This record gives sequence, structure tokens and C-alpha cells, in this order.
Amino acid sequence: MQAVNQNNAATDDSAELKLPSDDQATQHKFDGKTVGHPLSDNPKMSMRNVNVFYGEKQAIFNVDLDIAQNQVIAMIGPSGCGKSTFLRCLNRMNDTIESCSVTGEFILDKQDIYHPKQDIVPLRARVGMVFQKPNPFPKSIYENVAYGPKIHGLASRRAELDEIVEVSLRKAGLWEEVKDRLHSPGTGLSGGQQQRLCIARSIAVSPEVILMDEPCSALDPIATAKIEELIAELKENFTIAIVTHSMQQAARVSDRTAYFHLGKLVEVNDTKRVFTNPEHDLTEAYITGRFG
Amino acid sequence: MDTSMLLVVGLLMIAVAYFAGRTRSISLASGVGGVKNLNSLPFYYGALTALWCGIPSFILLAIWLIFDDFFIAQIIVQTLPDHVKDMSDAELGLLMDTVANVAQNSTMGLSTEPHILQAAERLSALQQTNQMAMTVAFLSAGIILMLAAWLKIHTSMRARVHVELAFKWVLLGCACIAIFTTIGIVLSVLFESLKFFQAVPFTDFVFGMEWSPQMAIRSDQVGGSGAFGAIPLFAGTMLISMIAMLIAVPAGLMAAIYLAEYAHPKVRNIIKPVLEVLAGVPTVVYGFFAALTVAPFLRDSGAIIGLDVSSESALAAGLVMGVMIIPFVSSLSDDVITAVPQSLRDGSFGLGATQSETIKKVVIPAALPGIVGGVLLAVSRAIGETMIVVMAAGLAAHLTANPLESVTTVTVQIVKLLVGDQEFNSPKTLSAFALGLMLFTVTLILNFIALQVVKKYREQYE
Repeated sequence: MQAVNQNNAATDDSAELKLPSDDQATQHKFDGKTVGHPLSDNPKMSMRNVNVFYGEKQAIFNVDLDIAQNQVIAMIGPSGCGKSTFLRCLNRMNDTIESCSVTGEFILDKQDIYHPKQDIVPLRARVGMVFQKPNPFPKSIYENVAYGPKIHGLASRRAELDEIVEVSLRKAGLWEEVKDRLHSPGTGLSGGQQQRLCIARSIAVSPEVILMDEPCSALDPIATAKIEELIAELKENFTIAIVTHSMQQAARVSDRTAYFHLGKLVEVNDTKRVFTNPEHDLTEAYITGRFG
Repeated sequence: MDTSMLLVVGLLMIAVAYFAGRTRSISLASGVGGVKNLNSLPFYYGALTALWCGIPSFILLAIWLIFDDFFIAQIIVQTLPDHVKDMSDAELGLLMDTVANVAQNSTMGLSTEPHILQAAERLSALQQTNQMAMTVAFLSAGIILMLAAWLKIHTSMRARVHVELAFKWVLLGCACIAIFTTIGIVLSVLFESLKFFQAVPFTDFVFGMEWSPQMAIRSDQVGGSGAFGAIPLFAGTMLISMIAMLIAVPAGLMAAIYLAEYAHPKVRNIIKPVLEVLAGVPTVVYGFFAALTVAPFLRDSGAIIGLDVSSESALAAGLVMGVMIIPFVSSLSDDVITAVPQSLRDGSFGLGATQSETIKKVVIPAALPGIVGGVLLAVSRAIGETMIVVMAAGLAAHLTANPLESVTTVTVQIVKLLVGDQEFNSPKTLSAFALGLMLFTVTLILNFIALQVVKKYREQYE
């Protein structure tokens, strides 16, 4: 019976504003203390005491989380649980939203990314982002990948730029498919190819962290499989945080999994642990499909 | 019954048909268990009856009205004496006018010639008969068709389908009005231009370097031969339009970028309407602003730095025209810039691009085809603009690229050629039509290009 109530609460809430609210059932069940291991010995990014507000409405409540070096962390949870909001805080994409205010500590390699003197241009070069819907620029494939290196002045000669483009496309597993038509428009590719082009575009500026916001939600299963394969390869060079609605995807690609519920971080554990033996019963309810 | 009365009666007839059809369908419906068992709602039966009653009879009336004068005139001419029939068309036309005048007010005694009086009497009689016949034909057509439609109504009649079809044809007819008007304008301008090109060779007109549209009234008049070279006019038009676009495109585009990308919604809600008020200022107001304020100002400030600026300089007209076009450019560009998907901006920001880099390298290139389309529409507007240049640009056709001198434009010359009492078949007057045709062609080509560009733009993101 309890689980059914939870279900109603979750769906009602997401239908309403996609924002979490204080919910009697939640408070009854979840005391706000994250279970599992939210912290890591070898963090690339450390977030402490994060709160996010959209105007009056609070979207994230007191989240502490470490993202470990060269690991994939998956963020899962029902719609409106704040996982995308949290991800977008990590490279300050929420800055463009007027009503959004963020408090707390965000450390990237000992550097506070919300420090008033922090310039967001180098930050976003270090923390890249891949979006839910493939969004290649209406330019050629080559220009799409060369865009980032050009604005950051990473190549001084044409040959260097050519190399960056080739390497990035190879890393994104797209080179073989597009090498003969680098100068045709990027929007002419298929959905999966477009998304890999967007990944190539973000790795072209050599980021340290790549944030992926449901990168496969607009793709078919075959394209999804390719992207997942790619994520596993990218892990060697990059630290990856991925938001996903697919629990199978989280189980396949990630090393650690963070479960968000109504703006609160419920549980963080090794992926295997989360999907076989979740510590918190809310997590268990979600991954067994009782709501979400 | 005269024609206007006939129209009123016709409308009444249609109203009667509507209610008759509606009432019959409702009464038929009561036999089969209510309106829900009819094929269509009662409205459609009424409308169908009204359409059957109205459309054919009104078409008949229109055709009758177009042709009746012609046939009556033919009959009158047939009965005129032989020596009159042999006259030239112009004289015959004059005679027919006299006949018509005598017929209308016979007491005036415009002519005492017996054959004219006879013809006038015959004309009056014919016109009366004609009016009577028209009334009878119109009303009987309407009533017979109304009755036929009314009798045909039965419960399974698919009135809705028929009315929908008629509605579609009415819409098509409305769409055709614009097309046929355009064709009509083109043809009328084209035929007048052809008359002009019989007097002045086409190549002299298109490639001629001198414009002084004088025609001799007497054959021995000194300096009476005209020159109809359109190049100075088109050069003047281009010069002024170019100055206008140099003002309007950067200012309009940057205003649009500010409004679409930077402005806070509150600021935008103030600036955008204010900018659009500029578009609502009548061009004649811009015209005297240019002629009375800007032009003297330019002349005086030119004098201060030792430049000889004409008091009707191309610069003054161009500047003011540019200001006039700013809201046009900014509004169109604002629309296309706002239409660029936010995801493209996010993608660029996510790579660490600044706002201006994003605008310069992603937003503007993505919106460029739309912006170009808007600019080309603005160019058409500048070329066709009349009031400002009539008031602020000169009248003498100088072939010059110096914006400080006075130039004249195609539209100014057309106005000049057609204002006042003119003989309507002298090359001087006809040249206005040739200029109009050229201008029409140029703006048509520009509009065509603009539409093509805009079409391409539509395929941009998907």
C-alpha cells in the first residue's frame, strides 16, 4: 500500500511542474540522509550541500556527491527528481535560466567552479556536455567538430585542426562512416550518427568531464547500443556523468549509480550493488518498477 | 426595377431560400424521428438552397450587366443611316455619346438631326426593355432554382458535402482575385509599355544614358526631341536604396540581435512595440521630415566642413528611407533569430563559447537565410518607395555616384510624368508605364529570390 502511495505522489508531482515538492509520504519514508557511498577516495568533482531553487520552488535538497576520476556515474530517478537539474549545475548550464539559483560547494580538482571569479568559458571547455536531443549545428560535419577547438584556439594551423577533427571523430566511432563526406551538413546524418557527432564535438576540446543528459532517449536500440559501447571506451580518458531513464542502460554503462527522489539524493552505491541489493527501499521500489 | 434594387431583392431572395430550405429539412426530419436522423444539420440544407438560389442568378446578372451596353450599342448602330455607319470609330463613339446624352435628357436639344433623335428614342426604349428582361430573368432564375433545390431536399441528401464543396470553391475564388488582379495590372502596364516601345526603341530605353522626357508639341519646336534613357533613373534608385540599406540593415539587424538574445523580457516588451511604431508612421511624414529637416541639416553641416551638398541630396532621402526600413528589417530578423532552436545555443554554450561567439558563429549563420530573405524584401520596399523620394530627392536626372548630389528615382519620375494634364498617348506619358514595368520586373525578381531563400531556410534545422 505504501508503495502505491509513493507511486501516486511521484506521478502527480511530475505531471504538475516537473519539480519536487515536500511530500508527506516521502518525509515519512526518507529522512534526507543519503545511504550508501556518496563520497569517493579519488574524486574528480566534489559537490557538498547543494541546493537549487527555481524561483521559490526548491528543486535539489542538500545533495553531497563525489564523481570519481575516470568512472561513469549514472543518475537515475523518476521524472522531475532533479537529476537533470543537478547535472546542468556541474558546468553551470543553469546560469542561463534566470530564475534558477544554486547554492553549495562545487569543486573540480580543488577549484570552486561557482567562485565569483570563475570564468565559465574554460570551465565548460573542461566539463563538456551532450544533450538529450542531438543538436548538431547547421554546419558541415567538419565544422561541427572544429567549432570548439576554433573558439578555444586549440589549433594554430589547418593541419592541426584536421587532426583534432579526425581524432575526435575516431574516438566517437564516427570516422569510418563520415570520412568521405566531412563537408556535407551534419544535420543530414541519422539520429544516432548526429548524437555521436555531438559527442565528437564535445571531446574535440579535450574536456576532463563529459556530462550526458539522457543521450539515448531520442535514439533507436541499435544507435543506443553504439553510444553505450562508446561510453565504455571513453571512460579510459574521461570522467563521465550520465543521466538516464533506462535502468538497463545505467546497469550496463555505469560504475556507480546515484538514485534521486523528489530532489533528494537517496542512495549512491556501486552499480552492481544498487541493482542487485539496493540499500534503501525507495531505490528498490524504483528499480523493481513499482513506480517511476 | 433598377440594378441596385435588384441586388437588394436578390439578397432577400437568398435569405428566403435559406429559411425555406432549413424549415423543410426540419419538417422532413420530424417524419424520421428528429434532426439527428438527417444526413446533415438543418443549417446545411438552408445554405444549400440559398447557394442554389443565389450563385447562378447572380452570375447571370453579372454577365448580363457586362454585355448589355455593348449589344444595345450594336443594335443602335445597325439602324443608323448608311452615311453615319461609314464614319471612323472615334467619330462613331462621339455620335453614340451624343445619342446617349439626348436619350437621357431629351429636353436639352443637343442635336436636331433626325437620325440622332430617332436613335435616342430607340435607345431609351431598348434600355427599358433590357432592364425589364434582366429583372425577369434574374428573379425567375433565382426562384426556379430555389424551388428546384427546395423540392430536392430529402432526409438522406448529403447537403453538408455539397456545402463544404461550395465553400472550397468560394475560397479558391478569393485566392484567384489577387492573382487575376496582378495579371491585370501586368497586362495593362505591358500593353501601354508596348505602345511606348513603338515610339522609342527598347534598347534606347534600357541602355540610354540620358533622361529628359520632352516631346515636341509642334514638329518645328526647338529642343523638342526627348531622350528616354532609363539608366540615370535606375542608377539614382540604386544609389538611394543602397544608402537606405546601409542604414537599415546594420541598425535593424543589431537591434534584432539585441532584442532576441540580450534584452530582458521587460525591456523587450517596451522596445519592440516602440520600434514597430516607426513602421506605422506614414511615409509622407518621413518625406517632409527628410525634405524640411534632414536635407537642410546635411547641406548646412556640409557647408561647415567645406563640402558642397545639394539641398536635395541622395544622402538625405536615403538616410530617412533607411530609418523608415529599420523596423521592417529588425522585425523580420527578430522572428528568424528567435526561431533558431535553443538547443543550438545550448550546444554552443556547452562547448564554452561566449554569448557573442554563439551569436556570431551559430545563431546568425543558422538564421542567415531568413535574414537575407528579410533584407531582400526590405530592398524591394526601398526601390518601390515613392513619397520620401518625391519630397526629398531631386527631379533632374543626373548620372552620378556621389551621394551629396541630387539624383532622381524611377518612382519620382513616374509621379512627375503622370501628374497634371497629360496627353495619354504621347511617349512622354507612356514612358511612365515602361518605367513601371521595369520597376515591377526588378522588384518581382528580388521578391522571387527572397522567397526562394526563405524556402531554403525552412529546411534548415530538420
